[in-house]
Amino acid sequence: MSAPAATSLGPVTPPVGETPPPPIRRRGGPFSRENLAATILTGYVPLIIATAVVVLPLLWMMISSFKSPSEILTTDLVVLPSDPTLHNYRVAMTSVPIPRFFLNSVIVTVIGATLKVTLAIMTAYALVFVRFPAKRIIFVGILVALMVPPQVAILPNYVLIAGWGGVNTYWGIILPGLGTAFGTFLLRQHFLTIPPSILEAASLDGAGHWGSIWRIVVPISLPSIATVALVTVVSEWNDYIWPLIITTDSSMMTLPVGLTALQNSEGNTGSGWGILMAGTVVVIIPVLLVFAALQRYIVSGLTQGSVTG
Amino acid sequence: MSSTTTGQGAPPRRRRLSGRGRRDAIWFLALALPNIVLIALFTYRPLLTNVYYSTLDWTLGSASATFIGLGNYVEFFTSTAGHESIRITVVFTLVTVGGSMVLGLLLALALNARIPGTAIARSAAFAPYVLSGVGVGLVWLFIFDPDFGVLAWFLRQLGLSSPEWMNDPTMALVMVMVVYIWKNLGYCAIVYLGGLQSLPQDVLQAAALDGAGPLRRFWSISLPLLSPTTFFLLITTMLSSLQAFDILRIMTPTGRGTNALIFESYLQAFGGYSRAGYSAAISVVLFLMLIVITVVQVRFVEKKVHYA
Repeated sequence: MSAPAATSLGPVTPPVGETPPPPIRRRGGPFSRENLAATILTGYVPLIIATAVVVLPLLWMMISSFKSPSEILTTDLVVLPSDPTLHNYRVAMTSVPIPRFFLNSVIVTVIGATLKVTLAIMTAYALVFVRFPAKRIIFVGILVALMVPPQVAILPNYVLIAGWGGVNTYWGIILPGLGTAFGTFLLRQHFLTIPPSILEAASLDGAGHWGSIWRIVVPISLPSIATVALVTVVSEWNDYIWPLIITTDSSMMTLPVGLTALQNSEGNTGSGWGILMAGTVVVIIPVLLVFAALQRYIVSGLTQGSVTG
Repeated sequence: MSSTTTGQGAPPRRRRLSGRGRRDAIWFLALALPNIVLIALFTYRPLLTNVYYSTLDWTLGSASATFIGLGNYVEFFTSTAGHESIRITVVFTLVTVGGSMVLGLLLALALNARIPGTAIARSAAFAPYVLSGVGVGLVWLFIFDPDFGVLAWFLRQLGLSSPEWMNDPTMALVMVMVVYIWKNLGYCAIVYLGGLQSLPQDVLQAAALDGAGPLRRFWSISLPLLSPTTFFLLITTMLSSLQAFDILRIMTPTGRGTNALIFESYLQAFGGYSRAGYSAAISVVLFLMLIVITVVQVRFVEKKVHYA
């Protein structure tokens, strides 16, 4: 087993850049007179429907978060709030400590992702460039871990971490997820493409392994590292089941868990919806912005043969 | 890999290498061991611990537990509640895998159009896949609200009344499946799009010259050539559907009608029952299912499932 099963299908992963293949048998361009109707009907109508299906619910969330309670609590359709208000955001913050959730999420995401990416770089470097007898077995062991979903491990990990006193602590939230099979695997694949001669030249210059990691391998692998980092950041930010179990005190909850608390306190019906949408905006918009800015890396990272994401 | 065996009379060069070998081994451990220990402790150890827990009648938090052998498994596979959870898992998995793959392929075909503007649609399509399942669940819960939701408003305009999405177990399952497909179909679309764009254009062109229409080209050329992509997606989406939790938990906290295996395992241990042993047994069952799927995948990939 030399490559993970999922990735041996490598060729199917999409090229992310924009490389439309040459048209098959169009005489004129898509906007020429004879093709215009067909272009709109078979090209743009499906595209617009698909985009609308994705965008409209998110837009609805945004708009609703600025509506007044009476505009939420109505059976009529209120498309736009007549007088956009921050009322929902204010209530959400007094109902549950949203700024605190946000801070907790930032702390957990930044520390967790930094450590994970560092561990992934170090492990991948060791697997590729450092000689060691049992390397192959260790690599397979890491690969198989990629197939184990974290959800089946929550009960034993809860018993262990709770026994160590990790309930309602940052380290308790971060520690069990730190071991990284995904990042290690992805970076290893990239490091294998680095010509060893570059490192040999460096070692002649007296750079040890530590030096060649940070001065040579990391700088020339930045796009791959960015991919791993972004995917890690997004999944740490969104992580739900583990923080849900390991935090009971609202001062330690991350945003997704805090939203569950907000849902419990504001209920699922009535004017609570505006408040819940305000809270939801806080968890969704940061990721949406990161995605909009850096989607190239995120898409390639998520579609490159990771089974569990 | 060269081991560090150097005899007494070995030439100095070999001795230097063996010294370097030892130094390399130390470097390797220093760099890789933290990650290896973490993976062993929090990924592999729980698999074994789960097997042990699953043989216990044990209330989470209690100091004592009774060994009951396979009792938890017997209960899961013979009780109505166990059957219900299995049925929900099967329905949820089949519908979400089928739904996101078929819709994903259709979306990929739309995104593959050779017209300006597809880049924006492509980004939009993938976006839900990276968003928080909790956030997405809440957005849709508001849309599905039977009284104040926008879906209910549309249904009223058509003279229909909204189903009780949250209280009716069947409709609750329909609701979470719709949302799950909405969140994940962009992933299928982007992977299919990659497959479509790497199809051999000369074959498609030749077929077009021979008079094959777009539909014919799709059925007889594109779809069979996409079979490796289809198989890849079948496995990956099946694995992730079996692990679905966030949307289910936030949209239907009690799990009535939506308690697929992971969710049921969570509810049993952490949802008020504190039945740790029974929960562990469900995790073991789920893990075995995932292994079977992965093994099937490995075998088929070895055979390279090309051209249907």
